[in-house]
Amino acid sequence: MAAEAVIEVEGLAKSFGGRRAVEGLDLRVRRGEIFGFLGPNGSGKTTSIRMLCGLLTPDQGRGTCLGRDLLTDSRAIRREVGYMTQRFGWYEDLSVRENLEFVARMYEVRERQRIVDRTIEELGLTQRQHQLVGGLSGGWKQRLALAACLMHEPRLLLLDEPTAGVDPRARREFWDQIIRLAASGVTVLVSTHYMDEAERCTRLGYIAYGKMLAQGTGTELLERFGVNRLEDVFIEVMKGLKDLR
Amino acid sequence: MSLWSWARFLAIVRKELIQLKRDRLTFAMMIGVPLLQLTLFGYAINNDPKHLPTAVVDADRTEISRSLVAAVQNSGYFHVVWTGERLADADRLIARGQVQFLVHVPAGFTRALVRGEHPALLVEADASDPAASSNAVAAVMQLPKTALRDDLTGPLAASAPATEAFELRVHRRYNPEGTSAYNIVPGLMGVILTMTMIMMTALAVTRETERGTMENLLATPVRPLEVMLGKILPYVAIGNVQVGVILLAAAFLFEVPMVGSLPLLLLLTQAFILANLAVGITISTTARNQMQAMQMTLFFFLPSILLSGFMFPFRGMPVWAQTIGEVLPLTHFLRVVRGILLKGNGALDVWPHLWPLLVFIAAVLALGLTRFRRTLD
Ligand SMILES: Nc1ncnc2c1ncn2[C@@H]1O[C@H](COP(=O)(O)OP(=O)(O)OP(=O)(O)O)[C@@H](O)[C@H]1O
Ligand SMILES: [Mg+2]
Repeated sequence: MAAEAVIEVEGLAKSFGGRRAVEGLDLRVRRGEIFGFLGPNGSGKTTSIRMLCGLLTPDQGRGTCLGRDLLTDSRAIRREVGYMTQRFGWYEDLSVRENLEFVARMYEVRERQRIVDRTIEELGLTQRQHQLVGGLSGGWKQRLALAACLMHEPRLLLLDEPTAGVDPRARREFWDQIIRLAASGVTVLVSTHYMDEAERCTRLGYIAYGKMLAQGTGTELLERFGVNRLEDVFIEVMKGLKDLR
Repeated sequence: MSLWSWARFLAIVRKELIQLKRDRLTFAMMIGVPLLQLTLFGYAINNDPKHLPTAVVDADRTEISRSLVAAVQNSGYFHVVWTGERLADADRLIARGQVQFLVHVPAGFTRALVRGEHPALLVEADASDPAASSNAVAAVMQLPKTALRDDLTGPLAASAPATEAFELRVHRRYNPEGTSAYNIVPGLMGVILTMTMIMMTALAVTRETERGTMENLLATPVRPLEVMLGKILPYVAIGNVQVGVILLAAAFLFEVPMVGSLPLLLLLTQAFILANLAVGITISTTARNQMQAMQMTLFFFLPSILLSGFMFPFRGMPVWAQTIGEVLPLTHFLRVVRGILLKGNGALDVWPHLWPLLVFIAAVLALGLTRFRRTLD
């Protein structure tokens, strides 16, 4: 496998008002990988992802994303990254189509009309394309948000709990799509609390209290902790943390 | 990489317009507020300003005329800032609002006085702001009785009868009856625009932050200038609708005379609208939430109505207050509106009030741009 690193960061740290949210994050994600970001609530997943796409300035550390410097070239990074926020953040008072057209224009997507049409069709929202987004259910909003961040064909996807509140069938379709994208060379970093999703990732990282505690492929981690479910790795990691204290 | 994208800018404009169209309450407010305010502010606020800037045209140039001018000055209401011989020069000063009064001693005044011909001393008052000039006019009316008492002695005493040695003619210019609506209504146009334009845009960025859409917006390649100008432009249109409403009300409800050029007024109004939108968007980039944005809007709005000459006559304020007032867009706009509507000012007359507005826009927008947060930090 090509060892081209799409994300390569060292010692990223971020505090909010003196409280450490992320501490010394080292991360290396290669092209075409699906990197699963696991960790309890408040462990710093969202903060880490925001630093990777330039939405938060790290207090310490350095690194590159898509070969561009995190600190000095975040605008260029934004163009090529698809970021899906944890909290739905598109316009509720705009229709499905209006939102997608807005996003397409923001990224100056070529053949905008065709791309938007296709996206709506793939979403299965053709009938409801003129409905206001505020009236969509939570799951549908998630699907819309994912579709929105794919329109400009990003080379790196940063997905923050993309399937929270999505029904099982849509979740499976969603993951089939992620795997197809990865196969075509898109790199994916996805945070999740679902262990079945963790199993479909090529590599995993466990984060707690802002620290990356364990990293590796699923099988590596199962072996290292001598367990046979990824869920138990999670428990073991947390146990180890208690022992440390 | 492009520094400016029309596509993104227009996408923002388009999005704001759609959101505005769907926000019925805001929409109703933008038309309702001007009408409500116009109805409420039907009264004048009185005051007694002193040391009003005055131009003196002394065409007589005698001991007597100088003594008259001194008496005018001594009344306390007038401050002679300009003396000259040509009436036309002084006329221009009053038209531009640089002086509020013009005292004219015609040639041959003393000769006529000595002959007992009862000559006339002319005082022109800029009454477009009646509250500011009424007391001064009352004071000048007393002059003929007292001014020359000490001068007309000896052989001249004969021409100083018990009553008045000369006649005083006061012309109230621009607003002969001193109707306060003439002053208030054009002023309200500025006040209403200040309030609504700043408030609307002040909420524009903070609203996105609160609804969580800012994170997505910032994650796109959009540039701060595109966001800021894109959010401003729709409100320029709204501002013009308000101007239309107010001007119609001024003409047909309050019957304010419209002496000057309407296109010129509309042109200058664009600069004023932009100045307010720049303030609003800059507040928007600084405030953390909508509550703060509203407070900051008030913080700007209050000095605007108090120190611009809308609430109190500008010349009646202490110097420090006038200095602050000179910076505020409303101050200049009030002079422009009154100048054009009531005095028929032309382009050259209003230029002194246009450039401060342009400087203000540039400075405030630049401040807003540096304050615009490109990250969520
Ligand atoms: N903008 C902020 N201001 C202050 N504190 C913050 C901010 N963002 C995050 N934090 C704090 O940083 C820590 C990490 O938060 P973060 O959102 O990164 O966690 P997370 O792993 O994404 O959690 P979850 O699984 O609940 O989404 C938390 O303690 C949180 O309170
Ligand atoms: Mg999170």
